[in-house]
Amino acid sequence: MAEPTPLAATDPSLLYPSPFREFCKAFASNRGALGGLAFLLLIVFCALFAPWVAPHDPSEQYRDFLLTPPAWLDAGQAQFLLGTDELGRDLLSRLIHGARLSLLIGLASVAMSLIPGVLLGLLAGFSPRLLGPSIMRLMDIMLALPSLLLAVAIVAILGPGLINTVIAIAIVSLPAYVRLTRASVMVEVQRDYVTAARLAGAGLPRLMFVTVLPNCMAPLIVQATLSFSSAILDAAALGFLGLGVQPPTPEWGTMLASARDYIERAWWVVSLPGLTILLSVLAINLMGDGLRDALDPKLKNAA
Amino acid sequence: MSVLVARDLARHYQVSRGLFRENAVVRALDGISFALEAGQTLAVVGESGCGKSTLARALTLIEQPTSGSLQIAGQEVTGASKAERKQLRRDVQMVFQSPYASLNPRQKIGDQLAEPLLINTGLSRAERQERVQAMMRQVGLRPEHYPRYPHMFSGGQRQRIAIARAMMLGPKVLVADEPTSALDVSIQAQVLNLFMDLQEEFGTAYVFISHNLSVVQHVADRVLVMYLGRPMELGPSERVHDRPLHPYTQALLSATPTLHPDPNRPKIRLGGELPNPLDPPSGCVFHPRCPYATERCRQEVPAFRPLDERLVACHYAGEVGVA
Repeated sequence: MAEPTPLAATDPSLLYPSPFREFCKAFASNRGALGGLAFLLLIVFCALFAPWVAPHDPSEQYRDFLLTPPAWLDAGQAQFLLGTDELGRDLLSRLIHGARLSLLIGLASVAMSLIPGVLLGLLAGFSPRLLGPSIMRLMDIMLALPSLLLAVAIVAILGPGLINTVIAIAIVSLPAYVRLTRASVMVEVQRDYVTAARLAGAGLPRLMFVTVLPNCMAPLIVQATLSFSSAILDAAALGFLGLGVQPPTPEWGTMLASARDYIERAWWVVSLPGLTILLSVLAINLMGDGLRDALDPKLKNAA
Repeated sequence: MSVLVARDLARHYQVSRGLFRENAVVRALDGISFALEAGQTLAVVGESGCGKSTLARALTLIEQPTSGSLQIAGQEVTGASKAERKQLRRDVQMVFQSPYASLNPRQKIGDQLAEPLLINTGLSRAERQERVQAMMRQVGLRPEHYPRYPHMFSGGQRQRIAIARAMMLGPKVLVADEPTSALDVSIQAQVLNLFMDLQEEFGTAYVFISHNLSVVQHVADRVLVMYLGRPMELGPSERVHDRPLHPYTQALLSATPTLHPDPNRPKIRLGGELPNPLDPPSGCVFHPRCPYATERCRQEVPAFRPLDERLVACHYAGEVGVA
């Protein structure tokens, strides 16, 4: 056997950049993803520093300024930049404070459904005999119930509140993750590289998490970003039914729901929370797309 | 000493035919016996569906044989405990047909090559990298290929990577399931030469599965011809090529395209299709397509008998079709 030369001795120009720099470069070349990231960072900043960023207390009711239009309209007031709602509370401050809860609900429910969902999906994909079908039948039962109805039932059992809302949303979105993971696992398990890993002596955990799971990530990342947005919307729906976040806590969905009556008289009370939800959902989806592309080596250009 | 001995190896599959009908049995592999010495190459040939890949899966311990015995390096596989099987697995590695499906698209080449070492040895990271680099050089890859992903390579390079991965643990037996059929002809020769160089260096025994008889002639010491899961002819490669005794081998060889066809050897055209494996023919399984079949072939299963330095399963071997 020839004398092995250490890796460092090779021409540095032929070496590939570190995985992280490679990822950053791929991500940065996607403009939509960068835009999404920028908007999301803005929202995260607002959420983290809400008490300092917001001009007013979100619960303070300015009785003299009920339904004041945004500042750029004729009747607008400079101190209420985006106007006030039906109780005279500053809309901008409520939106900024609402970012906290909405992001928390989105993140927590995605994490709480993604992790168990992927685990169950992997188990189901790797054990086609007994465990797999029983997991899938359970998921079918959950899918058979309308998702909102199931969420309402879960909250009704657990009692209304922020944490229970998150749990309910996480449970409702669980089957999608399980099915997605299982479907891609079953495709991948058949492939020769999995057999090769088996021949190399890889045990079940290694096969699951090192060999197969990275090849199933693309649809999961997209599903996670999509369900982030639907989690915010579901939380709004639960809030609207009085089962979610309780007033006067500011939350985008609840704001949208409670301002429904004023849509003809004061469009900003409905439109601005709606627009905020729309933009953040769009930003998250764009970022998810960029993330998937940057993480997929097949889409990277060969040097 | 033989590194791989198969005796009457069989793999039968139960096929469900519906609720009220009995399960059918497919004899994908039936009564395969051979012995393989270190440094030797056994070629397994036969048309699609003859059980070549099932044999590969049985030899690499991916599937348990239904009956028969399999010995790797003198150790019996059937009935071995889980720990013993794990140990035995190190000794038999495999190279797959398609280099596009056999490499993990999300793992760097270096990591894939180091995986067998990571799992099976206690080597440090630096030692593993050194071994991987040495093996990469051996198969003609450059060190800077280490951190690349499979999609950055051509088919031939990928197959080299697959071969390198199979050789990482220094196996005693390498099963190659049509390793060149997915490659360009110009690359096939390179990959075959790589196989032979590695065999010379490490003394690995090869089970080389192929339906390309010119490739087989190039690499094999001995040839096993299979039909419908059963052995037809097993013998030294040159003898089988120069003077095939079984009518099926004769037909296979005459179907190989050559630049200068031998006028003394007319092309034999086999009629019909491979029989339904759920309902194999009686007697000799080859009789419906055999040009020399008689009543005896329909009734009586021919023994796999020694004749002219080889084993043949034909009642009339040596009497029919011999030039």
